[in-house]
Amino acid sequence: MVERQSGLTLLTHAVLLAGIAVVAFPIYVTFVASTHTLDDVVRAPMPLLPGHLLVENYRAVLTDGLRSAGGAPVGRMLVNSLVMAVVIAAGKIAISLLSAFAIVYFRFPFRAAAFWTIFLTLMLPVEVRIVPTYKVIADLGMLNSYAGLTVPLIASATATFLFRQFFLTVPDELLEAARIDGAGPLRFFASILVPVSRTSIAALFVILFIYGWNQYLWPLLVTTDEAMYTIVVAIHRMVAVAEAQVEWQGVMATAMLAMVPPIVVVIVMQRWFVKGLVETEK
Amino acid sequence: MEKRAVFPHRVLPYVLLAPQIAVTLVFFVWPASQALYQSLLRQDAFGLRTSFVGLENFAALFRDRDYLHAVAVTAIFSASVSALALSSALVLAVMADRVVRGGRVYRTLLVWPYAVAPAVAGVLWLFLFNPTLGIVAFALRQVGYRWNHLLNGDQAMALVVLAAAWKQVSYNFIFFLAGLAGVGRAVLEAAAIDGAGPARRFVSIVFPLLSPTMFFLVVVNIVYAFFETFGIVHAVTGGGPARATEILVFKVFRDGFVGLDLGRSAAQSVILMAIVIGLTVVQFRYVERKVHY
Repeated sequence: MVERQSGLTLLTHAVLLAGIAVVAFPIYVTFVASTHTLDDVVRAPMPLLPGHLLVENYRAVLTDGLRSAGGAPVGRMLVNSLVMAVVIAAGKIAISLLSAFAIVYFRFPFRAAAFWTIFLTLMLPVEVRIVPTYKVIADLGMLNSYAGLTVPLIASATATFLFRQFFLTVPDELLEAARIDGAGPLRFFASILVPVSRTSIAALFVILFIYGWNQYLWPLLVTTDEAMYTIVVAIHRMVAVAEAQVEWQGVMATAMLAMVPPIVVVIVMQRWFVKGLVETEK
Repeated sequence: MEKRAVFPHRVLPYVLLAPQIAVTLVFFVWPASQALYQSLLRQDAFGLRTSFVGLENFAALFRDRDYLHAVAVTAIFSASVSALALSSALVLAVMADRVVRGGRVYRTLLVWPYAVAPAVAGVLWLFLFNPTLGIVAFALRQVGYRWNHLLNGDQAMALVVLAAAWKQVSYNFIFFLAGLAGVGRAVLEAAAIDGAGPARRFVSIVFPLLSPTMFFLVVVNIVYAFFETFGIVHAVTGGGPARATEILVFKVFRDGFVGLDLGRSAAQSVILMAIVIGLTVVQFRYVERKVHY
């Protein structure tokens, strides 16, 4: 701030608080609704203070699911989402580290072709090629499996570019020193390159974990068996029940459970999150 | 930029690249080429015979009122989402940048909607605006405004725009803050000494210096509104009422999986691919990126 103007400072805080209120209000209402009985929630206006059923409602959805939506336990869906998010994040990081290493530290025919093939993935999001991609997964027998949920999303141009940029800034002297000490390429990769990349890896992991956790269209297509649903997909199926009262208190408890893990990751790892976000877009 | 020191292996680099290239070819390039191929074919109603029809699927799309309607809906939707998410994020970022005390707390409280899945964000807003039990719909009713997005197409559009923008504000906020941190204090102080007040300094100095960030974010927001809001639309309105919120990505999904019209769905996919490629080229050519090969 250049000069002091207490009126303006007051306005600044007021605008920020209003912004936070708008941002937080939907989450707050969700939380409140998840702690009441269905009767209280559906009677407009619903209460705006938390009720007493915090433990009961969450335990009910985690172990028994919602009767109106087929009764698949949400605990299982949380596990599916966790597996999907971790495998996608770790997989993208692993194969991107390897390809960036190949592109930066080797000279070989078709290097440019490989680079552009990876670049293509950026231009072909799932949303624009839904039907043929679904057909590939079906033909490979990967429907309703963790492999089907994760492997097709594992290619990553962004992560490859990020690591490539980073590797280019790693001093050549490190490689020369490693060579003099007799290290081969894989030894250099594992003992030097990966350890010096750890902040980039952490930053990328945060972004990719959220990306994997929040996937919607893909699990919607690939999973038909409710034992394989991810929590994000399940919520929609809970709301879209036909000919039955939507069990809003349970839906809202499930929504909280779907939001908490990625939000905790963002808040706890905020420094890496901002770094990852800004760097992957450069 | 090239490395001086490299490894002299012949086979190893291909082995290292194999996983990434394999996934890309099987799950990206092959399906995309299939979409391209199918967009030139037409199947009869029973899927027994396919014939080559050239660009007929594309011509049919542009004669189709529903498709042109979806184009218009997408344009309105992405323009509204971008405008709302960018303007509110800019205001919040400028304010957060001014704050001396408590800045970190404000920042933390404003960034986390980024972590909420679009489909979940949709359900949250759906609940708030549910015509019978939603708390906001109730409040609107109290002041005499009838809210029913299940019947009113404009209200349905407003609701998906709100939910989509709500989720994108934190992303824009982070980038605006980073952009604002790059505006030199010395320039601002010099302007203040010359008698420019806060508003004048924003218009004449801060905003022009933010324009690269702004341009970059406009492209990102359009991409977001086009391709990442499927979950919101699917969860909140299902494209309705009467196709009022049927954006292009949603239409591809509906025509491909519900309508099972492969040729037409593929033609739509090809058009969307062209849009993504166009936007990516714009992003790389005109927005400062560090990737050079």
